[in-house]
Amino acid sequence: MWGRFVTRRLIQLIPVLLGVSFIVFFTMHLTPGDPIEHMLGQAGHVTQEQIEELRGHYGLDRPLVVQYGLFVGNAARGDFGLSYSHHGRAVASVVRERLPATLELTLFAFVMALVFAIPAGVIASLRPQGVFDRGATIGALLGISMPGFWLGIVLMIVFGLQRNWLPISGRIDLAVVPPARTGLYTLDALLSGNGAAFWSALKHMVLPGLAMAAPMAAMVMRMVRSSMIGVLAQDYVQFARAKGLPERTVVGKHALRNALIPTVNIVALQTGLLLSGNMIIETVFQYPGLGKLAVDAIGAADYPLVQAVVLIYAVSYVLLNVGADALHAVLDPRVRVA
Amino acid sequence: MGEAVLGVRDLHTHFSTYRGVLRAVDGVSFELKRGETLALVGESGCGKSVTALSIMGLVRRPGRIVRGEVLFGGEDLLRKSQSEMRRVRGGRIGMVFQDPLSTLNPTFSVETQIVESLRIHGVAKGKEARERSIELLEAMGIPAARERMGAYPHELSGGMRQRVMIAIAVSCEPELLIADEPTTALDVTLQAQIMDLLAEIKEERGLSIALITHDLGIVSQFSDRAAVMYAGQVVEQGAVAELLEEPLHPYTQGLLRCVPRLGRADVALTPIEGSVPDMAALPPGCRFAPRCPKAWDRCRDELPEMREVKDDRFVRCHMYGEEESPMDEPEVV
Repeated sequence: MWGRFVTRRLIQLIPVLLGVSFIVFFTMHLTPGDPIEHMLGQAGHVTQEQIEELRGHYGLDRPLVVQYGLFVGNAARGDFGLSYSHHGRAVASVVRERLPATLELTLFAFVMALVFAIPAGVIASLRPQGVFDRGATIGALLGISMPGFWLGIVLMIVFGLQRNWLPISGRIDLAVVPPARTGLYTLDALLSGNGAAFWSALKHMVLPGLAMAAPMAAMVMRMVRSSMIGVLAQDYVQFARAKGLPERTVVGKHALRNALIPTVNIVALQTGLLLSGNMIIETVFQYPGLGKLAVDAIGAADYPLVQAVVLIYAVSYVLLNVGADALHAVLDPRVRVA
Repeated sequence: MGEAVLGVRDLHTHFSTYRGVLRAVDGVSFELKRGETLALVGESGCGKSVTALSIMGLVRRPGRIVRGEVLFGGEDLLRKSQSEMRRVRGGRIGMVFQDPLSTLNPTFSVETQIVESLRIHGVAKGKEARERSIELLEAMGIPAARERMGAYPHELSGGMRQRVMIAIAVSCEPELLIADEPTTALDVTLQAQIMDLLAEIKEERGLSIALITHDLGIVSQFSDRAAVMYAGQVVEQGAVAELLEEPLHPYTQGLLRCVPRLGRADVALTPIEGSVPDMAALPPGCRFAPRCPKAWDRCRDELPEMREVKDDRFVRCHMYGEEESPMDEPEVV
């Protein structure tokens, strides 16, 4: 059952990717800015011939439709071309270098958001309008209302500059970079038993992670709270109590499982927002991940790099939704039939 | 019969709402004898279900048991701690609810939900619990019980679900079963089947049953004694045969006049005039006085006490007081 489900969803990925690549490709070429001019900007005197030669080198002299066709054909084989702004390096290798940083930070923010949001939502639902609930509501309102870039800057000022508790930029202290295995610094540090590197990497993620996690935690908390309130009023919760189950089983097993069903979708959507939000957060914190890479690439009119990064975002979105659907089926037997 | 399994004395359960205190259960007393089925009868909102929840210790905020006693096995359940009550709930007192679809957890299999009960009360665990669950389901008349163990509630029919719920409720061999409108959500044909099943397990397991219902047909067929509730109070209590034959309280009399009789087109149905009082603003005297055709001044000013008018016949009405009613002899329906 699962095999068919996953295969079907992965096949559905193909038209999505085609659509996304089409839109990204043509909008990038519509935006002002000539990549060759960006490249040669600092080179001083260049002849028209040299410009034309470069254009030919990158295939930019061909008609757009042909360029798009070539791009799709190559991308299908995993070749995303050469980056204009990274000294002509292969896009795939530039992306591969940055992807782990973003994965690690996103995962960190994701875990932080859920670890906080789910228990907080449950506790708030047990006494609606109680002290905890009111406090959490105010917290959630703040979390949703504060723009990420602003929260990021405030966190930097307070915890980085005024207190000097936490680093405000980069991924790790350069002196302790662990040997690369997965590219996720915390994991690599653990694998090589390097405690200093682990702490350094973790500390570097705290502030950007918080700035990313805040809105997600707020949304998920509110969702868990409201669906828990609904579920706690259900007959099966009363019946679970009438069976003599302790309250923590009633809440944590019978109620929470049902309350998580509608929450899964919100989590998937919010995780998508985490990914797109990291463009801003990574830029604010000078965190060398995909988001910052994308922003820089857009500034440099680096078409191939932008296309590759946006495709990665699109694939992640789709995979997140596939994951959410699968989790839905795990939690709720009623949707398994379809 | 004779010895009381459950004794509810002067039970008061109130709900604080923004409109004031709602006295959902207001001085309810009754006794349930071992091996008998006692019906708690009344219209919706009369406090039957809250009485049941109060016995189980399941009244949740904003509800609160203000005072009273719930005597069960020689102990007052209202004085027990939460953890002591957890052993009673599902262990010595089982409860069946109205709507089996909403009462079984949609996300857990039948097996999980039965085994959980057996395990929590230390009756059985592991493979033994599984085997016992299958036996229970078979005893409840569920065909192919072994295969049904993995089923989820939505995969079962209404009747099956109700059987599963009863299986869970009686899984730990309770002495008392509280059945809160166990057949209201079911088709008429299923109602009879489920009631027969309850009667059967009562005989087999020596259960006592508190049957909450508004269906007088079920009362007459399946219960030994009945307590009629109106606006949070028991107004009349006694053996079912007598109570239905010769209702004493005007409310019971009115209730019986609302029941259609098969094959008796000539007997007109007479609804009780007026409506159930606002539970947050109850009349000072008898709760039924505003709707009672026989009420006189005293009824509107003074709440009547529950009196034993004959052996095991109790009624809460001034007509049966020491002081004679200014009206005629009580009417017999």
